[in-house]
Amino acid sequence: MLKPIGLRARLVITFTVVAVTASVLVAGIGFELAKTALVKRTEGTAVELMRRELEQITFPVGRLRPGESQPLDEDLRELANRLDTPGSHAVVVYGTRAFSDDGRVMTEDDLPHELVARAQRGFAAQIRLIRGHLWLVVGTEVLRSNEYGVPELTGLQAFTFQPLDDDQQQLDSLRRALMQAGAITLLIALSVALASARRVLLPVRRLSAAAEALGKGRLDTRLPVRGRDELAELTARFNDAAAALEASVTELRTLEAMSRRFVADVSHELRTPLTAMTAVADMLSDEAERLPRAPAEAVRLVLREVSRLRELVDHLIEVSRFDAGTATLHLEAVTVADAVRDSLEVRGWSDQVEVDVPPGLSFNLDPRRFDVIVANLVGNALKHGLPPVVVSARATQQGLEVRVRDHGPGIPLKALPHVFDRFYKAETGRARSHGSGLGLAIARENAKLHGGTILVRREQPGTLFTVRFPPA
Amino acid sequence: MAVAGILLVEDDPSVRTALELALTRQGHSVTSYATGEEALDHIRSRRPEIAILDVMLPGIDGVEVCRRIRRLDQLPVILLTARGDDLDVVVGLEAGADDYVVKPVEPRVLDARIRAVLRRAESAASDRISFGDLTIDRGALKVTLNGKEIHLTPTELRLLLELVRHPGQVLNRRYLLRVVWDHTHAADSRLVDACVQRVRAKIEPRPAEPTYIHTVRGFGYRFSPP
Repeated sequence: MLKPIGLRARLVITFTVVAVTASVLVAGIGFELAKTALVKRTEGTAVELMRRELEQITFPVGRLRPGESQPLDEDLRELANRLDTPGSHAVVVYGTRAFSDDGRVMTEDDLPHELVARAQRGFAAQIRLIRGHLWLVVGTEVLRSNEYGVPELTGLQAFTFQPLDDDQQQLDSLRRALMQAGAITLLIALSVALASARRVLLPVRRLSAAAEALGKGRLDTRLPVRGRDELAELTARFNDAAAALEASVTELRTLEAMSRRFVADVSHELRTPLTAMTAVADMLSDEAERLPRAPAEAVRLVLREVSRLRELVDHLIEVSRFDAGTATLHLEAVTVADAVRDSLEVRGWSDQVEVDVPPGLSFNLDPRRFDVIVANLVGNALKHGLPPVVVSARATQQGLEVRVRDHGPGIPLKALPHVFDRFYKAETGRARSHGSGLGLAIARENAKLHGGTILVRREQPGTLFTVRFPPA
Repeated sequence: MAVAGILLVEDDPSVRTALELALTRQGHSVTSYATGEEALDHIRSRRPEIAILDVMLPGIDGVEVCRRIRRLDQLPVILLTARGDDLDVVVGLEAGADDYVVKPVEPRVLDARIRAVLRRAESAASDRISFGDLTIDRGALKVTLNGKEIHLTPTELRLLLELVRHPGQVLNRRYLLRVVWDHTHAADSRLVDACVQRVRAKIEPRPAEPTYIHTVRGFGYRFSPP
């Protein structure tokens, strides 16, 4: 479930980043434009005023013509005062002399040098921060036409300082408004991104759930195909794949069921001739006593093989019942010691096996299946192990524990994981003379039917099988 | 008790011949038939002591033959089942079979079962006990309910007598299998359950709410008259 969340986060982040970048760009450009417009307006007003005032200069400046004298300080100061409007300030420079308006807020020192230079080429403006306030400084040099009508620089420069604080306030509130708009945009972008990510990812999540269901074996899982986009196509492909999988699994299951059925049928069919042979086996066995050695040996061999075949067929039928799932459990209170002793007695093993079970230990078991488990484990121990073979049982917190232990050479380590496999023979050399190869597999199936487990462990010496039955 | 008249029904000729050979050798006299219909036709005239029926038969099957025999009399029946499948066994026992063996069966085992089923209940010195409407004559081996004789198979009679011998005492299935059926191991307690059901059907006024034979869950059965 981690992947869809990751994809969703990525979608949301991408969407939000794009939205925020766009709105920041738009706001930034808008803000800059507004700022420029405000400054231009202030500059235009200032230029207008200065032009008007400077055109009205009557005293001679620049290169003096005959009969003219240098302008008086009063004239220049008067000019500075005329250039000064409420809120703004003016400075007039003529040669080495400089005059401020009567407010005397600004002096020549507050003039930016760069602006002083640019002022020779006409009106120039610059924004400057002076003593904590923002000012627009506008300046120009006065021109005077010479005798040929060509304008000449006069060396008289006038500067006005226009306060930008009001503009700054306007800009600040504009910035606040823009930031609020940005925050709202961000929220909208986020929610739109979440909603659309959900919309896009819903089919993905549905596909994921469907794939999980398919994996758990619900092969008839299909999804409705909606729309015509890539996800719809993916859903359609998924459905095709699921259908193909279901078809082939069904086919495999049918084949498997057929082959299991075949094994079951064959086993049942084998029973009839085996019944006939078994019925007359005792007679033959008695007759063999009176036969010469070779034919007697032949008769005994046939009888031995008939008996082996019987065991094999019995076991095959038992196994095929488990495979077909028709094995059923009939639980009843069983006295464990009695059940173990019965199981040994009926097979004539009572003298070869030690039983260590507390008397009176009773447990809910299927007596027939318990008998099969004990018989197969003990039979295995007697065939492959060495005495003493011990069957013990005890009640534990997890239920009933039954142990079958022999003291033989033990099962080779590499064979240990396979002892419950069907037809697995640990010792290939001498295996043929022993058993059906299904006994331990059947024991395990019976334990599993009880909800129990069966484990094998090497001991020094011998092998220990432990069967655990949970309380019913 | 040796020579018993056995009615054998088995459709497979080889199995039939082999079982005939084996049982004859054990000292029984055997009459065999290939179908249930044939056997039922001759059952009245032959008066066998026991019937051994293969379950899988062409025509009517062994269970049905058993059911029809039960309608007429208390002839002991052993079913010969090829599968030992739970359903087969349960249906067979419900139909009134006294015991069953799974093919392929060893002649010794079959013989032991036959003898166990045929074993008459041991009659005690003339001894009549009554429990309400139910009277059991242990001398004559007769059971009457309201003065009317109840027909029990030998197995059913032995089971009832065993329970009656220990009134008020719980007898477990394992014990009953040993003493009534001679089974050396207790693996199949369904024999006991099915037989108890049949006895109840015959002696209890309402078999679903038994008043004579009580089930003690997880242990067995107890005879305590109302």
